[in-house]
Amino acid sequence: MSALCKARKVLDLCLTGCRSLSQLAELPETHQLLRQTCRDYADRELAPIAAKLDKEHVYPAKQVKELGAMGVMAMEVPEELGGAGMDCLAYSLAMEEISRGCASTGVVASVNNSLYIGPVLKFGTEEQKKQWITPFTTGEKVGCFALSEPGNGSDAGAASTVARQEGEEWVLNGTKAWITNCWDASATVVFATTDKKLKHKGISTFLIPMPHPGLSLGKKEDKLGIRASSTANIILEDCRIPLNNMLGPRGAGFKIAMQTLDSGRIGIASQALGIAQASLDCAGDYAHKRSAFGAPIGKLQAIQFKLADMAVAIESARLLTWKASLLRDAKKPFTKEAAMAKLAASEAATFCSHQAIQILGGMGYVTDMPAERHYRDARITEIYEGTSEIQRLVIAGQILKEYQS
Amino acid sequence: MSGRVLVGVKRVIDYAVKIRVKPDNSAVVTDGVKHSMNPFCEIAVEEAVKLKEKKLVKEVVAVSCGPQQSQETIRTALAMGADRGIHVEVSGKDYESLGPLQVSKIMAALAKKEEAQFIILGKQAIDDDCNQTGQMTAALLDWPQGTFASEVSLEGDKVMVVREIDGGLETIRINTPAVLTADLRLNTPRYATLPNIMKAKKKKIANVKPADLGVDLTSRLEVLRVEEPPQRQAGMKVETVEDLVAKLRDAGKV
Repeated sequence: MSALCKARKVLDLCLTGCRSLSQLAELPETHQLLRQTCRDYADRELAPIAAKLDKEHVYPAKQVKELGAMGVMAMEVPEELGGAGMDCLAYSLAMEEISRGCASTGVVASVNNSLYIGPVLKFGTEEQKKQWITPFTTGEKVGCFALSEPGNGSDAGAASTVARQEGEEWVLNGTKAWITNCWDASATVVFATTDKKLKHKGISTFLIPMPHPGLSLGKKEDKLGIRASSTANIILEDCRIPLNNMLGPRGAGFKIAMQTLDSGRIGIASQALGIAQASLDCAGDYAHKRSAFGAPIGKLQAIQFKLADMAVAIESARLLTWKASLLRDAKKPFTKEAAMAKLAASEAATFCSHQAIQILGGMGYVTDMPAERHYRDARITEIYEGTSEIQRLVIAGQILKEYQS
Repeated sequence: MSGRVLVGVKRVIDYAVKIRVKPDNSAVVTDGVKHSMNPFCEIAVEEAVKLKEKKLVKEVVAVSCGPQQSQETIRTALAMGADRGIHVEVSGKDYESLGPLQVSKIMAALAKKEEAQFIILGKQAIDDDCNQTGQMTAALLDWPQGTFASEVSLEGDKVMVVREIDGGLETIRINTPAVLTADLRLNTPRYATLPNIMKAKKKKIANVKPADLGVDLTSRLEVLRVEEPPQRQAGMKVETVEDLVAKLRDAGKV
């Protein structure tokens, strides 16, 4: 490579680096405006009803439609397909702000964006995109993602749901478990094995509309948190779908699932950040108002140290999440960073919500304050879309590759 | 008729922020404090955008007078659907003493320059509560005014305005061009959609100086002192109505 060419490449790299780094320090104006818009929406429309949605396990249909109208339900979908045409950093900011108002609404939005629309956008044909994405951009319809089964969660390669070809149809049989949104969804991405002998290379991806003959839903799980979003089993009994409902090539299912989850992790990391931030907001406000030993408790070092630790945990996780987003936007590998972001953010959420209850004392334990709901909502973030243990394996795998000589 | 609407948007301290007075009692603390668009200006923008969506007007121009940061307020208006913006740059001491008289002179000059058919403003700003700019602008232009509007409908070259007044609701019919000021119940401002936020980036904001419009910014008012409202005193409980009357009489209230 000529010296001039090399110099040019280094300059380009520096400039990209500078742009990306400065975005970590201060967001571009459009992103600031977007963040403020989502925050205003969450403050005015979500936070006031979040406790009721949680208590009554009510799906926020009206709010999902309003978010759809704003573009939040299909943030990275190009405008010609009905989406907002924005980047991953914008998506992360929106998910954080929405989840800060209501974590359940956040997960509904995140699953629709990353886990349902995501794979269709990346692996679908133009026809499939029009059919399976455009109606799901407005908030009128949401989708879900069916990978886990009663017999395997982390062990995604061991899918026992089968799909066999019969003439011009695929026939699916099996049960999927823990499917977010399924009771409110109008379509699902399903992973089933088409060639059991090929193990994880024999898994394929399918699109099934809901409701559909042969597809039924299990009972809604009674969860600890994110109760306004529905979670249940999807049962497939001789569920017949046309041949062109297969997404991507035969046998590419595992690869599609893993790549989809990489992006989904940025969405969940953002959701966890929103919950963590809401906990800090709650605790910080309380520290000013509550007095003990003759002064507001914010004057006590014990409380101050907690607040500082919470803030550091959130900000570090947030920067990791933004970095993963920026790498993805630059079309660079981001698997390690996404896993780090999800791990850091979910652990920050459980840590911050735990400490927030501690700061609030007795008030943190009752439903009058949102701290207990943040505590319950936070817990799932360390489990779904890859447990913290799986994230550690993913990160370690990447690191070991880097050190391989 | 040009079909052009000028909408004034003011950058004020956010309504949810707790206001603090500077230690020297000269003004309110604004450094590092969250600012946003005046809520009544949001309603004004919404009304203008609605008129454009109904194809009753052709172009919505958002105007703001203030320092660099006023551009953020204009961008918010663009994200809500305004077509372009005009930033009238006023900063430093001029900005500290900027009031309804100067702003209305600026709006009047712009209205003539842009051949506006309507000027829509918020009825008042939540920082100074003056409730004067709309009225002064109309007077300077010798245009009719429909203030405290809770309902606006265009009828050919006239406008019907329902006004919220102390006695109830008053309906007037005025000629165009006209100045309208928005009251709380005129509409519910929309949340900017994300595609519009992206589009707002591409819309133009022109930069203008008050001198270019021939406006003199000298204030006729001088702020002498700014104070917090008196701290709420502890109350007291009384046992009987007689006690209450006696205490009120002692305090000179009856």
